[in-house]
Amino acid sequence: MCSDSDPIAVRDLTMGFGSYVLARELSFEVRRGEVFIIMGGSGSGKSTLLRHFLGLQEPLAGEILYYGERFTSADEDDRTRMLRRCGTLFQSGALWSSMTLAENVAVPLEEFTELRPREIREVVELKLALVGLRGFEDYYPSEISGGMQKRAGLARAMALDPDVLYFDEPSAGLDPVSSTLLDRLLLELRDSLGATIVVVTHELDSIFTIGTDSIFLDAESRTMIARGNPRELRDHAEHPTVRRFLNRGRDPTGEVA
Amino acid sequence: MPAAVSSSARASLVTRPDGAVLVLAGDWQLGGEVAGAAQALAELDAVPAGAVVTLDAGAVGNWDSALIAYLMQVVDRAQGRGVKLDRRILPPGIGKLLDLALAVPEKRDARRADTMPPFMERVGQTAQQLSGEIGGLIGFLGEVTLALGRFVQGRARFRRSDLGVALEQVGIDALGVVAIINFLVGLILAFVGAAQLEQFGAAIFVANLVGIAMVRDMAAIMTGIVMAGRSGAAFAASLGTMQSNQEIDALRTTGISPIDYLVLPRIVALVLMMPLLTLFADAVGVIGGAFVATAMLDLSWTRYFQQTWEAVSLGDLLGGLFKGTVYGALIAIAGCWRGMLSGRTAAAVGLSTTSAVVTSILLIIGAAGLFAVVFYVLGL
Repeated sequence: MCSDSDPIAVRDLTMGFGSYVLARELSFEVRRGEVFIIMGGSGSGKSTLLRHFLGLQEPLAGEILYYGERFTSADEDDRTRMLRRCGTLFQSGALWSSMTLAENVAVPLEEFTELRPREIREVVELKLALVGLRGFEDYYPSEISGGMQKRAGLARAMALDPDVLYFDEPSAGLDPVSSTLLDRLLLELRDSLGATIVVVTHELDSIFTIGTDSIFLDAESRTMIARGNPRELRDHAEHPTVRRFLNRGRDPTGEVA
Repeated sequence: MPAAVSSSARASLVTRPDGAVLVLAGDWQLGGEVAGAAQALAELDAVPAGAVVTLDAGAVGNWDSALIAYLMQVVDRAQGRGVKLDRRILPPGIGKLLDLALAVPEKRDARRADTMPPFMERVGQTAQQLSGEIGGLIGFLGEVTLALGRFVQGRARFRRSDLGVALEQVGIDALGVVAIINFLVGLILAFVGAAQLEQFGAAIFVANLVGIAMVRDMAAIMTGIVMAGRSGAAFAASLGTMQSNQEIDALRTTGISPIDYLVLPRIVALVLMMPLLTLFADAVGVIGGAFVATAMLDLSWTRYFQQTWEAVSLGDLLGGLFKGTVYGALIAIAGCWRGMLSGRTAAAVGLSTTSAVVTSILLIIGAAGLFAVVFYVLGL
């Protein structure tokens, strides 16, 4: 089932801190072009799993592979090379506060390409225009709204035309209109760039609008208890916890949990 | 529920032929006095286990949380002693709120125990934490050394403008406060020296005292302490805020070393600026001493500076500048280390800032003591 062309594969991953196990023996792969949702209740380890993908935290056991290449057991340089194919939108945008939006988007380009300053400026303007922030190049992150910061963070994540885009709770702290716009933007990017998108979220609206595949992490059993298209899981998941979650706390039979 | 006329709240336990009744009446409002509240509770304790107490709030006027809170106490006491409560005739609003408050039973073990772990356990925990911190510091020093190596070879990745901003912040912006502090220290040293030396008719040696003390030690230490409070704290606070804002995670995932990008420019800036600030402080301190000498001891400015020039050797000066540079490195490392270690909450950033200042001042004084011994042994 798992082939070398899968952007991400996870094998028997156990996450935790010291002797505390957060989730054990996760195994799945993310196929090219999917919008892959990592969902679950609070404290189930969604964001922690993302930190493992990004190499910000080390697993207790198991392995993560990018395009069939071992990531977890690789050394620093190989990891950096693999992560260069990934872009990340952090929960709060995580823009570098001492730089303008244009400088933020330019950093990955300056570090990892041979482009000349004028070309960099052009790419930066394009990426900011793609997320609807044309004309805000010389603003500092603190001068714009939370929704704009997230979009600018997305422009930075896309700077190097990544194959994999990670989103950590994209709709957290956004009003319904902004979060719908962000969802739409995300789908357009997938279609036009052909990127694989991994989203950590518990927003049901987003999950059903954009998700094509998903896993469900459960805090109680400390592992993944469902896998598949979220719309199908909503109606056909075997595990009652998953069905309740995807039906806003109601079982489809009508009884309130 | 609302009553037109307000009346004071009352509680009493009455014994009627069909059993005990807790009668509540009047306006129960937060902050108001309740007549008989404590006595009724005490009497409730005297009701035999298994008996039934009826709750009667029919005569209650206006009420708010005060009434529900009191009823909660009654329920807790009754349950503890096995007394049954008849809540059937409570007004519906009160009954519902009480049901809601009692719906989820108290979670066992959820209440925090106030007990402290035994002394030996705390000693052990502190020791473990300390050894972990020392290990972390050594790792951090190693990373900084590697980054400095890359910096010297010109391969370190950081923005030149960041270094420029850091140089300005720890250099030019600090001149004012460094000047004030060192001027006053020179002044104080001269005052103390003048009072003593004048008794022996050796007033001119005030210049020696101030000059040597400032140039050898005081200027470097005082500037170090000022910079610890100013720049060490600023380093820790800004890096801590970046940590909580995930900016450092974003650097890591972009493949940029935060040590190169954030820590290196700050350390380089402080290490470059500290000797210059110390030199400036030397001069300001000597001028401070001169003010006292000319005003109190009738020495001329020229005489004072000539005496200073003769007293202070080049070795004193270079030694002082060397000490200042070391203090600068200590402050920058402590500030950046604490900032990078910071937790993600606002309180954690505050803590890391405080501990950056305390750590750097401790390190400065410790290093000053060590230098005093080493310089003495080496005869410098």
